[in-house]
Amino acid sequence: MLTLEANQVTVTYPSGLTALRDASLRLSGGTICALVGVNGSGKSTLFKSLMGFLTPTHGSVSINGRPVREAQKQSWVAYVPQAEEVDWTFPVSVHDVVMMGRYGGMNFLRIPRASDRAAVEQSLRRVGLWDLRDRQIGELSGGQKKRVFVARALAQSSRIILLDEPFTGVDVKTEEAIIALLRELRAEGCLILVSTHNLGSVPEFCDQVVLINRTILCYGPTDEVFTPENLTEAFGGALRAFEFDRSTVEAHDDRQVTVLTDDERPLVLGKRGHLEYRERQGREALVSEREERERAARAAKNGAQED
Amino acid sequence: MNALLDPFRFGFMLEAFAMGALLGAVAAVLSCFLVLRGWSLMGDAVSHAVLPGIVLASMSGLPLAVGAFVSGLFCAVASGWIKAHTRLKEDTAMGVAFTGLFALGLVLMSKHVSDLHLDHVLFGNILGIPRPQLIEATVLSVLVLAAVLMLRRDLLLVAFDPAQARALGRPVAALNYTLLTLLSLSIVTSMQLVGLLLVIAMLITPGATAFLLARRFDEMLLKAVLSAVGSALVGIYVSFFLNGSPAACIVLVQALVFVGALLFAPGKGLLRRA
Ligand SMILES: Nc1ncnc2c1ncn2[C@@H]1O[C@H](COP(=O)(O)OP(=O)(O)O)[C@@H](O)[C@H]1O
Ligand SMILES: [Mg+2]
Repeated sequence: MLTLEANQVTVTYPSGLTALRDASLRLSGGTICALVGVNGSGKSTLFKSLMGFLTPTHGSVSINGRPVREAQKQSWVAYVPQAEEVDWTFPVSVHDVVMMGRYGGMNFLRIPRASDRAAVEQSLRRVGLWDLRDRQIGELSGGQKKRVFVARALAQSSRIILLDEPFTGVDVKTEEAIIALLRELRAEGCLILVSTHNLGSVPEFCDQVVLINRTILCYGPTDEVFTPENLTEAFGGALRAFEFDRSTVEAHDDRQVTVLTDDERPLVLGKRGHLEYRERQGREALVSEREERERAARAAKNGAQED
Repeated sequence: MNALLDPFRFGFMLEAFAMGALLGAVAAVLSCFLVLRGWSLMGDAVSHAVLPGIVLASMSGLPLAVGAFVSGLFCAVASGWIKAHTRLKEDTAMGVAFTGLFALGLVLMSKHVSDLHLDHVLFGNILGIPRPQLIEATVLSVLVLAAVLMLRRDLLLVAFDPAQARALGRPVAALNYTLLTLLSLSIVTSMQLVGLLLVIAMLITPGATAFLLARRFDEMLLKAVLSAVGSALVGIYVSFFLNGSPAACIVLVQALVFVGALLFAPGKGLLRRA
């Protein structure tokens, strides 16, 4: 059973700043979980503690019930870094970088075997970069750069994958490709944790959410955690809300309101604060369930008035 | 015409060619890692920091190389420690550590009367190398070269993405210390032959040149080595006629090769962009 666990993790940087205090979390396999918080809320810090790059000042991390050190030895966890953390001028090709995912299993001279080459080719094809394999990594677009590191995580064939802001500075096509890939991995039973500050895309592909702001505020299934109250707590004043009640949208607009945004997907919440999804298809049950509840509420209210 | 072959008629010149090429190749391979890690100053720091070790070794009758190695490595480790435990950046920590150690070396030297001359430490002597030193330098160079080439994939991974190295359970700290140890060994070996001031250049310039010319890492290693070996041969050859310092001529040629790469590198050279 795949598990990822943080127990009361506190991280204080040498500068004296405590980026994370008493953060506790437990996730288990076959999930895509979003880690949502404003910039500076400690998302990367939590990732680095989970990966064992940082040793928590207090608290501990365990992976599949074992200490981080053992998880590292076994390459249980793959990490897709934030784009800013990579030196793109390095003289390495796309193929070289993806091959780095395979070093864990090679002998100490790191000479690739046929199986390593096959895994690298398969990963590159899966993210659509096989044709660009000989490019120096700096010669790629933003979206392609991100996909190189996703391919490396695939090549590592780890069942737990952490992605730090994979959608920042990425075109819509790449975003959809990565999301499709993550869904496939979830279907294969992987445990995926994705940090993002883009609320809109979360309900579309994440079944769980962790809200973070210097500590873990709450976590659980997306429709339970993604409430206006929780989000306001996590984001403080940093959220922009568009409330239909207070807007000039009127009854004659019916449901014909169009919401456009540039790169960030809008998060749309219904009248009672529940999540609205982009596609009605496949969620008919959810919609009729809500209508049922509304009708029951109305009936109860009417009943009360008649009494 | 015959005069042009003169440098090849003397045994000491042939030895100088061979040692120049070997030391150049070792330094070139290391320089690739230093340039990519942003550790270009590390060669500078370690080569200054060896001074107190040399003086103390000479006082106590130990081999100079041992003292140099210990104090050079101390500087590298101390800078790393200061960086990890304070808010100072690495270059600052290194700057304080190596200038402090160099000054300590100068003070010790002034208190200690010996046949140790600052000139020898600063400029070295590649012409007329005593036999034991020749053998020692050859053996050490070959060992360092073999170790770096064998570990190059892991060292590259740590330089490129230390996080990935940790995620795969590679011993990142141990690899860093190994690189620093190999660097110190190479400096100690080269110092007595080309002097500490020029070791610094040999540990930066070939890597910088190759960085401009290469798109893959193995290609970068190869080009760094070729430029260093070529520069050593040409530099020593020219120095024979100029009657100048061979080490200075080597470094000057390296610098010219760098300028050539800067201007004419395919696709990236300043004169090729137009
Ligand atoms: N290496 C570091 N040294 C000191 N402070 C840091 C370091 N890394 C991050 N921080 C600080 O810790 C806080 C959390 O940062 P981070 O985890 O990167 O947040 P996020 O990824 O959510 O944007 C920020 O205030 C940041 O400035
Ligand atoms: Mg971050």
